[in-house]
Amino acid sequence: MTEADFNFLRMLLHQRSGLSLSAEKRYLAESRLGILCRRRGIEGLVPLMQLLRVGGNAALESAVVEAMTTNETLFFRDHTPFDLFRDVILPEKLAANAATRSLRIWCAAVSTGQEAYSLAMILDDMAGRLAGWKVEIIGTDISSEVLEKARQGAYSQFEIQRGLPIQMLLKHFHQDGDKWQVSERLRAMVTLKQHNLLDPNGHLGQFDVIFCRNVLIYFDVPTKARVLAALAPRLAHDGAFVLGAAETVIGITTTIVPDKEHRSLYRDGRSGKAQTAVPVRPYNPPRAAAIGSLRS
Amino acid sequence: MKYCLVVDDSAVIRKVARRILEGLQFRIAEAEDGARAIDACKGEMPDAVLLDWNMPIMDGYDFLRTLRQMPGGKRPKVVFCTTENDIAHIARAMHAGADEYIMKPFDKEIVASKFHQVGLL
Repeated sequence: MTEADFNFLRMLLHQRSGLSLSAEKRYLAESRLGILCRRRGIEGLVPLMQLLRVGGNAALESAVVEAMTTNETLFFRDHTPFDLFRDVILPEKLAANAATRSLRIWCAAVSTGQEAYSLAMILDDMAGRLAGWKVEIIGTDISSEVLEKARQGAYSQFEIQRGLPIQMLLKHFHQDGDKWQVSERLRAMVTLKQHNLLDPNGHLGQFDVIFCRNVLIYFDVPTKARVLAALAPRLAHDGAFVLGAAETVIGITTTIVPDKEHRSLYRDGRSGKAQTAVPVRPYNPPRAAAIGSLRS
Repeated sequence: MKYCLVVDDSAVIRKVARRILEGLQFRIAEAEDGARAIDACKGEMPDAVLLDWNMPIMDGYDFLRTLRQMPGGKRPKVVFCTTENDIAHIARAMHAGADEYIMKPFDKEIVASKFHQVGLL
């Protein structure tokens, strides 16, 4: 792939998804888009880039974005956020929402579904305490391909062994050939929708809990700020917002701020559970920042 | 340093498991069947057992039942590691007192994940 084509690809990805593709990822782009070409019967990267430059092919552009999106996920990935959900967030919400008996959770980049089904397993284990409650887990992702896999809820032996305790496997899955199928009960708890985090999201409603883990790391600072600005109004005033261990809002926004006690947990900036807000410094992009070089 | 007994009749599997577990800071001993594994446990009760199912002389299931009846035999975390990958075998192993279950083939990430789940890491 030529330098010019790679820069065009970076611009396209950034415009359509906010994804920041660093200069050293050219090999990754060539590898993933090569697979895309073979699947779609396109003769190679040169014709693919020509098609993209001509424009007007939204389906192809979406396929390119999907191909370049990282979808790695595991059941109970990193453990701590799920302990936090079970031991801190849920008890808090059970008390706070006792009158409405309603709980809405958003997995903002659900990928192939493992995070949403992990939360569903925790909730199912607490079914007794949640009797009579309306519980919704909404999982969204930009990629229709991963959402289809999430909908199917069928995982390989390799996938179910990474993070999923064996007792959970016995309780919530059944074997179907060489796949392990999530139970209908869990699938019924999860609603999956295609959504770009940069797009308007008012139709999704408001959430008591938002999981947005390991997403911001793929964005540059202005895009992180845009995503957080879009998500913040969707979080209930006393809601819980969970980021990945390597992510933070500090220096990006004050609408969502760190919890006083728990790492990876964030709150509405107006909430009493939030730390004193850290002022946001104006963002001054470095001269060779991705966006600037893309537009040059 | 925690001590793990690797029980498998395949020398190759034992070697792979040893490399992975030594990388996770375990001290390792090996046994090639259930009977030798029981002898090893009589000498020193391990913190963990990585256990194959199908082995000559005494299989993994019988080893586990015997181990759990030995003095101190309830303490080791037992993680089955086997090609018996159907739900009936898994349920049987867990009912007999296994703590976790790995379906072969496995890699370091799977072993680490399972050992973490039972509190060994």
